[in-house]
Amino acid sequence: MDFDLTDEQRLLRDTVRDFARKEVAPVAEELDRTKAFPYELVSKMGELGLMGIPFPAEHGGGGADTLSYALAVEELTRIDSSVAITMAAHTSLGTMPIHLWGTDEQKDDWLPQLTSGSRLAAFGLTEPEAGSDAGNTKTIARLEDGEWVINGAKQFITNSGTDISGCVTITAATGDGDGRKEISNLIVPNGTPGYEAGEPYRKMGWNASDTRPLTFTDCRVPESSLLGRRGDGFKQFMQILDGGRIGVAAMGVGLAQGALDEAIAYAKERRAFGQPISKFQAIQAKIADLSAQIEASRLLVYRAAIEKDRGDPFTLTAAQAKLITGRLAVRATEEAVQIHGGYGYIEEYPVCRFYRDAKILTIGEGTDEVQQMVIARQLGC
Amino acid sequence: MKICCLVKEVPDAAVEKRIDPETKRLDRSGEKNLNPFDTHAIEAAMQVKEGGAPVEEIVAVTMGPDSAVRALHKAVALGADRSVHLTDAALEGSDVAATGYALAKVLEKESPDLVLLGQQSDDGECYTIGAVVADHLKMPSLTQVIKMDAADGKLTCERQAEYGYDTVEVELPAVISVGDAINEPRYPSLKAIMGAKKKPLDSHGAGDVGIEPDRVGQSGSRTAVLELRPPPQKEAGEIIEDEDTNETVEKIVVWLDERKLI
Repeated sequence: MDFDLTDEQRLLRDTVRDFARKEVAPVAEELDRTKAFPYELVSKMGELGLMGIPFPAEHGGGGADTLSYALAVEELTRIDSSVAITMAAHTSLGTMPIHLWGTDEQKDDWLPQLTSGSRLAAFGLTEPEAGSDAGNTKTIARLEDGEWVINGAKQFITNSGTDISGCVTITAATGDGDGRKEISNLIVPNGTPGYEAGEPYRKMGWNASDTRPLTFTDCRVPESSLLGRRGDGFKQFMQILDGGRIGVAAMGVGLAQGALDEAIAYAKERRAFGQPISKFQAIQAKIADLSAQIEASRLLVYRAAIEKDRGDPFTLTAAQAKLITGRLAVRATEEAVQIHGGYGYIEEYPVCRFYRDAKILTIGEGTDEVQQMVIARQLGC
Repeated sequence: MKICCLVKEVPDAAVEKRIDPETKRLDRSGEKNLNPFDTHAIEAAMQVKEGGAPVEEIVAVTMGPDSAVRALHKAVALGADRSVHLTDAALEGSDVAATGYALAKVLEKESPDLVLLGQQSDDGECYTIGAVVADHLKMPSLTQVIKMDAADGKLTCERQAEYGYDTVEVELPAVISVGDAINEPRYPSLKAIMGAKKKPLDSHGAGDVGIEPDRVGQSGSRTAVLELRPPPQKEAGEIIEDEDTNETVEKIVVWLDERKLI
């Protein structure tokens, strides 16, 4: 087994680490407090090529692999989750379906502006009564005079309502073939009449990321907006979610690592009873345990990424990675707050934000319970 | 104009530095990176080029083991057009004078119009390699340069001196060691990172550039490290509680006066 990163992977990781510390860290608290979308950072990330890491160079992407993408997501989350999810959702949920199933025309229309970060893409799967249970999709698209007429609602859709949001790929029921609902994916550009992104949610965390409910009321898009084959929607989004889990798992590792970084720095500085609290066994045990768990989880995430890059099945590993990293992030941020004591409860310290940002990682992109279901199925249960 | 940037692979800043008691050299086994001070030299070269001066080529030059290729990849990702790697077991253990001589031999072959380097390495921190190289090449040398304008075969530099700034004009070719205040190095773009290995990299052994074997390596070095010690622990300072500010000021003045500091 080769545990070494390639030169390119290492250089990208170091560059994103540097970028996150110098460009993201100084503004993260303010962005979170004011719930302001990080336009400037997205633009800078676009210039560096971070908004299109795994896509081919011919479409303006970086031509890098999934592991490179995961490393970049991890390093961003180590400093700020809102910025990281903006990039991750744009890449693995928003842009990826168009890259995988778009026609040449759809790719030419969308990929250059998405991979450069000048436009953002969103993925509209979740509905009030259907998320991972997408068979229950209530959004309907009817083909009428060469146009899809869409009616329905989506919720919790990241990157859907910013000033630079370009399009959303949605799942919709396009028919009832042989008693089973036919699901297809459609690209809907922002600004299409009948498509409205609602007010942003008031969230527990990820405050600087843009998350909104969407409504479609007799929204018409050309027949050519169908992404991939009609009726392939279910298969397609399952594949998208599999890949997306690697990104979210990388966020779990990054957030846990960021929490540990802060906890160690604080423990070495804060003194009590005549010595730094890092010298107390109770604090050391927390730090040591977290560091061991983070390293183990990191390897699992990298393995899922490598499996995907090799073209091997990775559904099981990605779900395992997502399951343990989400829980780890919740525990690590809680311990980091604990090590900070009262200061950890104050927003001036990043661990306070980290703690609020962590919880979604056991929920988004499939809850822990859904991951358990995926894992158990993979194991033949 | 041809610019050569001297770069070095150093232990990553995040790695706890440790001296190997056997060899009395820095333990370089951990994560390594391009010396951050050298990124300012590459950026300075890029700015000369982008500023409109006729720069045909920016070449990153390093001396070091196989792993130093990574530092060169980063250097070309940051904008250098190609790189040169001087690597030979015979060079291992060279001191500053021997390293400067070896690098000068590589530079003689390249015959640059301008040699740029960072003010110091993040590991050895000698600050002197530029002067040694310049001496061998018989070129003028400046240190702590924080502003640089190239025009008509001359370079006008602003140096950060101890009390203020010097403005100095030098004829090219010259060896310029830049201070880290000279610029804010750019980040390498993903495209540049992915393209780094496609840029030419020449590897030379000591013999290829005419290095005399008895002038390099541990045996060819004229200095030897006899002993290494951590710096003495600082004594705990005296804490003056500020109960009455007038009294506090008086106490501080007395303290300073006793030590003839005011």
